[in-house]
Amino acid sequence: MTWFGKRISFRRLADRAIEFASTLAALTAAAIVLLILAFITIEAWPALRDPGPARFVTDRTWFPLSGQFGLLPMLTASVLTTIGAVLLAAPPGIASALWVRYWAPPSLAWFHRRAIAILAGTPSVVFGQWGLVVLAPLIAAWGGSGQSLLTAVIVLALMTLPTIALASDAALGSIDDELVRGGAALGLGRWGIASRVVLPAARSSLLAGILLAAARAVGETMAVLMVAGNVPNFPESLLAPVRTLTANMALEMGYASASHRSILFVSGLLLMVAVAIPYLLATIARPRSDHG
Amino acid sequence: MTSPLRSFLPLALMLAALAGCRPPAESAGEAERSAANRLEGRLLLSGSSTVAPLVSEIAARFEAMHPGVRIDIQTGGSGKGIADVRAAQADIGMTSRPLKEDEQDLVAHRLATDGVALIVQASNPIPELTRQQVIDIYTGAIDDWSRLGGAALPIQVVHKAEGRATLEVFLAHFEIDNTAIRPDVIVGENAQAILAVAGSPGAIGYVSIGSAETEARLGAAIRLLPLDGIPATSDEVAAERFPMSRSLNLVVTSEPSPLALAFIDYARSEAVHDLVREAYFVPSTR
Repeated sequence: MTWFGKRISFRRLADRAIEFASTLAALTAAAIVLLILAFITIEAWPALRDPGPARFVTDRTWFPLSGQFGLLPMLTASVLTTIGAVLLAAPPGIASALWVRYWAPPSLAWFHRRAIAILAGTPSVVFGQWGLVVLAPLIAAWGGSGQSLLTAVIVLALMTLPTIALASDAALGSIDDELVRGGAALGLGRWGIASRVVLPAARSSLLAGILLAAARAVGETMAVLMVAGNVPNFPESLLAPVRTLTANMALEMGYASASHRSILFVSGLLLMVAVAIPYLLATIARPRSDHG
Repeated sequence: MTSPLRSFLPLALMLAALAGCRPPAESAGEAERSAANRLEGRLLLSGSSTVAPLVSEIAARFEAMHPGVRIDIQTGGSGKGIADVRAAQADIGMTSRPLKEDEQDLVAHRLATDGVALIVQASNPIPELTRQQVIDIYTGAIDDWSRLGGAALPIQVVHKAEGRATLEVFLAHFEIDNTAIRPDVIVGENAQAILAVAGSPGAIGYVSIGSAETEARLGAAIRLLPLDGIPATSDEVAAERFPMSRSLNLVVTSEPSPLALAFIDYARSEAVHDLVREAYFVPSTR
């Protein structure tokens, strides 16, 4: 009751209400993640007991209906496609951010930012369709069916490029202006400022952006499903087909019976871990000071 | 930056998969229309997961016509359907095969037929493949069309993901163990298999005949291969002549309930042929 006695103004009350609502929303969001994790773990539990975690590693291949439960080929595929896509997308992504900040005329920069944002918002099915109809036949000319690790990497790189470009743009924008002016005062040209002042200063923010893009790439499903070929083997070359963890779940979930379903939830669990790792790394990479 | 929606994609997929298990049965409107022949009670159907999605669509329509009727559907394979009907655990069993000799105490009503055809790209000149040639192609013993009288072109084997009904029909017909197959591409849906074959001159795949006919009519660059000299058409499937096919049945005891019979009659009537065709099956012609 002392609460009212203190003559709290309406503004203070509104503050409290907003604080309460946002706390509730934040807790709900966190609770949803935990609920999902709990749900997946419960669903995966039968498979974790029988056949047990060892079989997911020791079995060479994935034929769940014939008692072969090897998840390693698909984990490998998820990791390879992600690393490949990020390696391919990071240089042009960062270059695009540098250009837009330090070289582009303002009108062109505005247009470029909008174009990148649209690319970032393009649904993955569209990328998948383009990959299947346009890219795959081109790659098939080098051998194989055209649905391959390489095709998946290229399509994923295109999808992660805007994420990296936008994150890098923000990272460069958060650099202290005095650093840039200081560089100019020392007589550095634009290239000198970009390469010797801006890039080193923004290094960890850039890395954080790349890791966020990697997390997105690991979780991408539809586009990869359409262009990767989905054969659950270790790839012998860039032109060999691969099946990622996400594609595996999407392909088989709707048609799986009890025990098969449970094992698919194990791959879901594995996937959540695989997505969490880059996010955690991104948190570590992001320094205390250069965002604020 | 990253769309927050994207992180929910796995969840959304899961929810979609869960929702797909049992489409909502209620459907308002047109409910009071058939108050004249009032049917009431519960029906429990059990059995093949191939038949279940089609039957649940039919059941939703049936429930809308007869508000007093509630239909539950469980899956677990044809064998479970047979066992449940015998043990009176289910009113109707769903099977994706004909009755065996030791199951003649039951009565099977053919609901539809599932026919599976081999497809190649329209430009592929191969007229027909023998049983052994198909087995050799899918197990990797033959990997170039030149060995089959075609142009020198590597064969791209398009295969289905585990659990798909067409995969089971294909493996059963050619008696191949799934682990022996050497695929170049694995797809889920029929439509994806058709896209993959249409886009690759050396590809071969297999899909439900209904879907292949539809897509070919719409201009997809595929050709359906005949099997054992019989053209791959819905008519041949309906006439039970096409070899790579199987019957989808509703199975009851010799003394089914009137409600079960009414449902079977409805499920075999022309009123649901559109649903049968949407599932890429061929309706049974009586």
